[in-house]
Amino acid sequence: MTDTTPNAVPPKSVTTASSERVAATLAKRHAAEKRFRMYGIGAIGLALTFLVILFGSIITQGYSAFWQTEIRLDVHIDEGEFASGEYADIRQASFNKMLRASLREVFPDVTSRKDKKELYKIISSGAKYELQNMVVENPDLIGTTVSFWMAASDDVDMLNKGYIDRSLPESDRRLSNFSIGLVDTLVEKGDLKSAFNTRFFSNADSREPEQAGIWGAAIGSFWTLMVTLLLSFPIGVAAAIYLEEFAPKNKWTDLIEVNINNLAAVPSIVFGLLGLALFLNWFNLPRSAPIVGGMVLTLMTLPTIIIASRAALKAVPPSIREAALGMGASRLQVVTHHVLPLAMPGMLTGTIIGMAQALGETAPLLMIGMVAFIADIPGGPTDPATALPVQIYLWADSPERAFVERTSAAIMVLLGFLIFMNLAAVLLRKKFERRW
Amino acid sequence: MKNLEQSEVVNYPADRAIKMQGKDVKVFYGEKQALFDVNIDIYDREVTALIGPSGCGKSTFLRCLNRMNDTVDICRIEGKITVDGEDIYERSVDPVHLRARVGMVFQKPNPFPKSIFDNVAYGPKIHGLVDNKTDLEEIVETSLRKASIWDEVKDRLDAPGTGLSGGQQQRLCIARAIAVRPEVILMDEPCSALDPIATAKIEELIHELRENFTIAIVTHSMQQAARVSQRTAFFHLGHLVEMGETDQIFTNPEDERTQGYITGRFG
Repeated sequence: MTDTTPNAVPPKSVTTASSERVAATLAKRHAAEKRFRMYGIGAIGLALTFLVILFGSIITQGYSAFWQTEIRLDVHIDEGEFASGEYADIRQASFNKMLRASLREVFPDVTSRKDKKELYKIISSGAKYELQNMVVENPDLIGTTVSFWMAASDDVDMLNKGYIDRSLPESDRRLSNFSIGLVDTLVEKGDLKSAFNTRFFSNADSREPEQAGIWGAAIGSFWTLMVTLLLSFPIGVAAAIYLEEFAPKNKWTDLIEVNINNLAAVPSIVFGLLGLALFLNWFNLPRSAPIVGGMVLTLMTLPTIIIASRAALKAVPPSIREAALGMGASRLQVVTHHVLPLAMPGMLTGTIIGMAQALGETAPLLMIGMVAFIADIPGGPTDPATALPVQIYLWADSPERAFVERTSAAIMVLLGFLIFMNLAAVLLRKKFERRW
Repeated sequence: MKNLEQSEVVNYPADRAIKMQGKDVKVFYGEKQALFDVNIDIYDREVTALIGPSGCGKSTFLRCLNRMNDTVDICRIEGKITVDGEDIYERSVDPVHLRARVGMVFQKPNPFPKSIFDNVAYGPKIHGLVDNKTDLEEIVETSLRKASIWDEVKDRLDAPGTGLSGGQQQRLCIARAIAVRPEVILMDEPCSALDPIATAKIEELIHELRENFTIAIVTHSMQQAARVSQRTAFFHLGHLVEMGETDQIFTNPEDERTQGYITGRFG
């Protein structure tokens, strides 16, 4: 039976035969895996491409909003305009008159009524308030001549940023040849420059694009989110703890769970309508106010927080609960001493993600009137306000060319906040995950 | 199985008091009955071992003794279980109070993710057993000493309890249990997750603890039952088949099934 020839090939055993069959399929299996990886890379590549296109278009359209064209004028602050040094009187003086006088001084050739009208339009119609604020802050300026940089009008700003095509026929342009001539003169004299747009970050909304800022909307969003956080976090966490740790598991709690999951999928505009009917029409809470916005967003955020908190509670190992129960801790003590501290990072993560959702939510706020034009910065949760995404919506709707770049800039600011919040959630999870 | 290491012959008085008693205990999980008319006596300051094949209901019974099964919604218990003659399923008995009297050590070491000190101090704190920090420190030290882990951890009481080795964690859990000064300690397979050396330490510890505490221990290891216990109860398919002094159970069992199990014919 035994083959003694050293070079003889041993007879093929069953195992080598089957191993050959395995080898035959290997190429196919590897190819399948390779293909699958390619699909994955392709999917990620596609997603990244769209993301780059999105960010790219927003940034290229919006970055110029962070600069604002300013014009320098030497303004004589005429004593005659001020009856006395009292605060109220300072505000009553006609700063517009002073600005116009100094404009006429710079361009003494402009005499016709029509040309003067155009001349006055090269500075922002908000410039008088800039001057007013300066004088109110420092009344000693009265009677002196100050040289200060004020915002140019949005058309001059657009021209300076290259958005107005000089080669177009005059009738198709926002600015006449005469106005362009004025601007060019100012540029030659060095009295026109681009400066960092602090107005965009410190002003509330305005009809004049060059005076419009996002600070009012940001504060509105802040108050709205504060109300949302204060309401949804305690309620959400308490509901999650009750359902997960105390409630008996029966068909009622199953029903509640199904409904909470369904609520998370309800379109947000429906919550807005509910808020309109309930909070505004029935409770008679103030319109356009962050407190109502916060309450509506609470309805929307609660399911997210409850679901995330329940998942965090489920992730706490039962052995910890048994250990504490076995020590004679009451069920509440088990929760507050052991389960809650371990589940808190997960709960906070869920809350931050819920807050980020709420920050980006527009539709329900439209329903309760937070879409109104609010030129004041809200001082509290009951003042009329708007929110960042609604501000974007409002600006996107405005016809002026200068609002296009402001829309994109506001989107960048909103995205910045969202990225910051999501990053915080990720870091929190990384830092505290699995302590047992 | 004649070479079983026999427990030392203790001449305990035959009329030792009964600490805990189960009378016709039936346990149901939903429709399924897990225990059938279990009658058992657990004697004061003795180690009672509950043995039997997996799924025989020994852990279920152990968890009835301090009402840990209350947390299982579908679990229903009939019959009577007493501590010092008092029915623990009586309405007037607060399970929190009961668990302070009947402590428990679990199969998997489960220290809290807190410092060693806080692990042991937790029980006395929640039950208000101490008035000041000095007393608390004293209780922590004596508990750790009784659990013979003091020497290993005295220099790092602030270190997390979860950072200890498995055997140390289990002794920490025992220290945590005895810090409440319970009358009975229930142990649910306390050594099943441990290596032989750590197991030997725990068994030694059980010997020492017997002086002050009544102990009921569930174990899968018959050698362990023989080594640490004075009385043994054999469970099979939800029935208490036989209960007696450990020597007698292991040398001269009355029931055929006990005989079969301890000689390794099934299980």
